[in-house]
Amino acid sequence: MLLEGKHLLVTGVLTDASIAYSVARLAQQQGAEVVLTGFGRGISITRRVAGRLDPPPDVLELDVTQPEHLERVAGELTARWDRLDGVVHAIGFAPPSALGGGFLRTPWSDVATAVQVSTYSFAALAAAFAPQLAKAGGGSVVGLDFDATVAWPSYDWMGVAKAGLESCCRYVARDLGEQGTRVNLVAAGPLRTMAAKSISGFDEFDAAWTKRAPLGWDVTDPEPVARVVCALLSDWTPAVTGEIVHADGGAHAIGADLR
Amino acid sequence: MSAVYDKVADILAEKFGVPTDDISPEATFEDMDLDSLDLVEFALAAEEELGVRISDEEAEDLKTLNDTVSLLESKGAKA
Repeated sequence: MLLEGKHLLVTGVLTDASIAYSVARLAQQQGAEVVLTGFGRGISITRRVAGRLDPPPDVLELDVTQPEHLERVAGELTARWDRLDGVVHAIGFAPPSALGGGFLRTPWSDVATAVQVSTYSFAALAAAFAPQLAKAGGGSVVGLDFDATVAWPSYDWMGVAKAGLESCCRYVARDLGEQGTRVNLVAAGPLRTMAAKSISGFDEFDAAWTKRAPLGWDVTDPEPVARVVCALLSDWTPAVTGEIVHADGGAHAIGADLR
Repeated sequence: MSAVYDKVADILAEKFGVPTDDISPEATFEDMDLDSLDLVEFALAAEEELGVRISDEEAEDLKTLNDTVSLLESKGAKA
């Protein structure tokens, strides 16, 4: 099995439509032992959804903006496992003013929140778990991205935060390379998750993908993205770091509508 | 009231702490102080208790308790 005996921390499971839920499910099927994290009020949903996985993983509380939470989760994992083989960062948030139009009117405080939760947290998470990843001979950190090389309808400051995340990934890869840790992002096509619901122009993404992706794209199926995340968590990409792998049906490579 | 209604009312009272006085067929989720996150959790709880699945998209369209019970019953829920 692809992830036999791996110890993985998966953030960002909210509902069973979450990309991270598919990652956790596939990772378990591939032999990994998984612990989830949940956040704020959503944690009761995460706990309920965790019950649908086999076996139901523990859910630890983790607000990535709280350094003491990171410290506590790192402590709990150290007590549980002798090493950590992989961390999945599936975390992003932008206040309503930062999404859905009004880009030029978004106040800095809301932009700051978007960047702290969606960009800085990637480095914070990697730093917090670096010592335990080192014990696994390096391990793998994988984050979820949405192609930030162009501007999108509605995505607004979340797009800026994702551009920051893409850069952040390269710097974290630089600094954890010495201990052998691989650090990568998977740029997904649009998926109908809870996160997508907060983006008012989501349908426009959806339509663009249908027309552009050479392989086609199903907005209701996160598994193609989750499979790439699992591949990057595995031992089969030993020389890949600082990379953004597009799991988007190929839409990123195409300059005009095909259909 | 149907058995499904009673079950839904139980879930709302026990799991979401909605005061029983606020629970009525015409009550909206807003009246009961439940937001979109609560609604997602409610859909999961209803699935576990009644064995039928409400998709996130269907959950978004639900306004009142009556809507919810009708949807559940149309999907074959039996309490």
